[in-house]
Amino acid sequence: MARQAAQSGRVRSDGTHEGFLRHENFRWLKIATIISLLAIVSYLLIDVQPRHNGGSWFGYTLGTIGVLIILWLSLIGIRKRKMSRGHWSLKAWTSAHVYLGLSLIVIGTLHTGFQLGWNVHTLAYVLMMIVILSGVWGISVYATLPKVMSANRDQTTEAQMLASLRSIDRQLHDAAQPLDQNHAELVRSSLDQDPFGGGIIRRMANRYPACKTRKAHDEILLIMGSQPGDKDDPLEKVGSLLGRKRAILARTRKHLQLKSMLEIWLYLHVPLTFALIAALVAHIVSVFFYW
Amino acid sequence: MTTQYRVAIIGSGPAGLSAASRAAVLGLTHVLLEKTDHLSDTIYKYQKGKHVMATPSQLVLRSDVDFDAGKREFILDTWDSQTGDHKVNVRYHSEVKAIEGEQGSFSLQMTDGAVIEAETVILAIGTQGNPNLMRCDGGGLSHIQYTLDDPGAYIDEHIAVIGAGDAGIENALGLAADPEQRNTVTIVNRNAEFTTAKDANIKALIAARDTGRVIVRTGTTPTLVEPGFITYDTPDGEAKVKCDRIIARMGSAPPRKFIESCGVEFTSEDRVAFPKLSPSFESTKQGIYVIGALAGYPLIKHCMNQGYDVVEFINGNNALKPADEPILEAKFKDLPGRKSVEEWLEFLRSNITILNGLTPLQMREFMLDSEARLYRAGETIFERNDPGSSLFSIASGSVEVLIDANDPTKIVPINTGSIFGEVGLISGRRRGATIRAGEDSICVEISRTAALKLQSSVPAAKRAIERIATERQLLQLFGSGLVSSDLTEVLDNSEIQTVSAGKPVITEGDEGDDIFIIRQGSMIVEKKVAGKQVFLSYLPAGSYVGEMALIGNTRRTATVKAAVKSEVIKLDGAAFKALLEMKPQLLARIKSDMASRQDLNAFIEAKKDSFSSVVDMYSNVANFLVENGMGEATDVLLIDETLCVGCDNCEKACADSHEGLSRLDREAGRTYAHLHVPTSCRHCEHPHCMADCPPNAIHRGPDGEVFIDDTCIGCGNCQRNCPYGVIRMEAEPPKKPGLLSWMMLGMGPGPGEPSKKWSYKNADPNVAKPKKAIKCDMCSGIDGGPACVRACPTGAAIRVSPEKFLTVARLEGEGG
Repeated sequence: MARQAAQSGRVRSDGTHEGFLRHENFRWLKIATIISLLAIVSYLLIDVQPRHNGGSWFGYTLGTIGVLIILWLSLIGIRKRKMSRGHWSLKAWTSAHVYLGLSLIVIGTLHTGFQLGWNVHTLAYVLMMIVILSGVWGISVYATLPKVMSANRDQTTEAQMLASLRSIDRQLHDAAQPLDQNHAELVRSSLDQDPFGGGIIRRMANRYPACKTRKAHDEILLIMGSQPGDKDDPLEKVGSLLGRKRAILARTRKHLQLKSMLEIWLYLHVPLTFALIAALVAHIVSVFFYW
Repeated sequence: MTTQYRVAIIGSGPAGLSAASRAAVLGLTHVLLEKTDHLSDTIYKYQKGKHVMATPSQLVLRSDVDFDAGKREFILDTWDSQTGDHKVNVRYHSEVKAIEGEQGSFSLQMTDGAVIEAETVILAIGTQGNPNLMRCDGGGLSHIQYTLDDPGAYIDEHIAVIGAGDAGIENALGLAADPEQRNTVTIVNRNAEFTTAKDANIKALIAARDTGRVIVRTGTTPTLVEPGFITYDTPDGEAKVKCDRIIARMGSAPPRKFIESCGVEFTSEDRVAFPKLSPSFESTKQGIYVIGALAGYPLIKHCMNQGYDVVEFINGNNALKPADEPILEAKFKDLPGRKSVEEWLEFLRSNITILNGLTPLQMREFMLDSEARLYRAGETIFERNDPGSSLFSIASGSVEVLIDANDPTKIVPINTGSIFGEVGLISGRRRGATIRAGEDSICVEISRTAALKLQSSVPAAKRAIERIATERQLLQLFGSGLVSSDLTEVLDNSEIQTVSAGKPVITEGDEGDDIFIIRQGSMIVEKKVAGKQVFLSYLPAGSYVGEMALIGNTRRTATVKAAVKSEVIKLDGAAFKALLEMKPQLLARIKSDMASRQDLNAFIEAKKDSFSSVVDMYSNVANFLVENGMGEATDVLLIDETLCVGCDNCEKACADSHEGLSRLDREAGRTYAHLHVPTSCRHCEHPHCMADCPPNAIHRGPDGEVFIDDTCIGCGNCQRNCPYGVIRMEAEPPKKPGLLSWMMLGMGPGPGEPSKKWSYKNADPNVAKPKKAIKCDMCSGIDGGPACVRACPTGAAIRVSPEKFLTVARLEGEGG
């Protein structure tokens, strides 16, 4: 390649980059696999009498490792928000978080010695498994949805989408002035409705059966279909504006749907982590007090 | 019987009225001749309310009339009242037709038939009285005007502004500023591009065009003016449109014919040349003095000082030192040798090659922006990697260049008269080598702006600087034991060319064996593979191309075109070939560079069948990035949208690392194939933001980052000049409570930039924080590097330099 006159002293990415799952060529996957395999092999090799359970020295060891990992994993919430100096990368943390979190399935399960029941100990185990499953859900949406979101928004920002909706509403308002009352009512119903209302379920499902804009657009299309086309007809203009609004609404709603899907699992994952830590405290305290 | 005046001053602009005031104060018999019925017609015809600047700020005003930056009206009032107080003898409506006679007895023929006798004449008529006129048919009609006083005075009119220089653009924007006036304003530019106006004005005009306030016609000339209509010759043919008023702002020139008829000679045949003058402003015609814009000094302060000085000279005060004397004295006081300012100026002018062509007047002005210093033998002048954009020249002694950072014994001397540090002028990059004084030496440090001014006013200096810069660049680029004497022939046949964005310097399949060195800007290399243009590589400034055809004796094997507006040094193929024959080491060096390029070509050829879609994709992505400013970038933030979950942690981290304000907008910006270029600084090779910063607060830091220092005055020029919209004008928000107080107690707004509402509510009412320009500084000084990248949870955010990112090597990683 050509010689370069000046080189910056800063170390930069060389252009090839890896996501959090592939970070450093799957370093944390490898580490987590080794930990899990070690746990399984030692579980099989070490003969605990009368049988494997959480109360043996081996069980304590696994339990201690498990709780330390859990506490460390929960620290990602602080790491993410604390912009301190230093050579750390949140991506590396995420990568470790994912794979070490998955290894807890093995460590936690072996810790139980497959002894489950209706008690505070099993509660902690079940909570941990739910947290991990919600995390797996998170990984799956992180792996699949960004691409869809990027394609859907097609270089427009959320603010731009909302701004163009407002601008179309203004144009609709003006364009509807010459219409007769029935038709104007259709436009008004579209203008008055909060197009994103209806709560989180509706937003996630991206289904708005009572969408007034769609209804108004459909009806005006129907009316126009039965009339000869006239370029200067105000109804024609309103029809095309409603069509545009409908298209932008579809994109915005899809955007909001994807955005909420990328976030919603955290509303399970994070509170359950707090519940898990509380249950772990109960579990550990009860083990030591009621031996 | 007519009185004979001691001095007749023609023109009552800043220069003329200052001269007349001095004459009045000194008690000389004088007359100030003004063509119109008011003083200072040029300033009088400025737009109403225009803010008049008082540059250069370091120059002391020496005049009996006050002047400071302010509104046009205030300045005119001051001048009117003070000339009145001084009892200046003004003769209005006095246009001079001819000047006859000799020193001691000039007679001025007036257009009204009167004759005025004077011993000496001061020409202070400026150039504005001589605007370039509309030359098309109907050019003499009365609705054509050459100035615009009050843009608010016209309503409901179709107005055409002819000429898109600064004056024209300011007029057009003024006329269109208030929609209530309902004017239809058209601005007409002869060229396709705006070449003479300030960038900020052009941007404002484009913005006005985009919002529909001004109609912009480029590549258009008026061909016929009729009452109510104007006909244009446009790129699409002839167009006749409604037009009630024409404002022609097509520049002005010295009224040469008149001045020459007085016996005054000009420096050259050039239309914009100025009269030849002595240090006391006397022209080649004894007794006739020329000051102000006509002498080549368009700035008000210069003009007023010259008015004062010239009258002192005429009055026999030959000991008068120019107003800048104390400033220059201070500059020279630490130099050894007890020379006077004049002697120092002459010493520097005659010893430094690039200053040889300056007049004593130009030399004074030049030194105001420059520093002369003594360096003791062995003293370091600057270190490798120091930031700095100034040019140094050696007035006495010599310096040593430490060419190898690891081996302090490798030195190259530079001798008296020559220059160093010229790379800073071209690329704004850090110093390439350490330089120290070889013996006790006097060097002049020339600021970048002064050096640019020098180059534009003295063509010989420009050629000298360019030749030295080219020679050093060649030596550095090719190494291989070349010395400067080897390059004489190559340099004699070299040429610096400007290439506009998208234009090729080399076209695939053409004949040609010239070598091109990219001096400024960047280039992309493309090759036609299976009928499609494939992007081969990106070449930053400092690379060379064209060797393949030269050595292989083939036609051009690829197309090389400018990614952004660039400058190349063209080296003549034959001369370079001769050099190669002389220097086998250089030939080997070039051949090895060439081999890696041939490998690249072969690689693309080989891949095109196996994964042509990947090659296509790569080409398209590369072109997309170049279109989005990668071509002038040095470090860009990119977001891989297959990984980005939209958490905006990058923005939050940015805000939390920098006084609570984010310098990037993740979501905005262009995307191609899921590769997103967010609104964030690209740290351009030639930052547009630096172009017009009044306090000179924008610099390039040690890691190549472009940053704004604390001296920012919040004028917003950089924000307007940035083509990528990455600069914000914001006041620093109040300090937030800590992270734990937020997490545990819910105090404060949490991580990231606080909302405007919170900032407003929590602001300290006793401290007014001004809005300042903020932009990415690449987290300079923050251990760990850019926060945006560190804080990305999925690895979507990356920072890249274009030359590393835009390589075909990426193909192997992704496609292979």
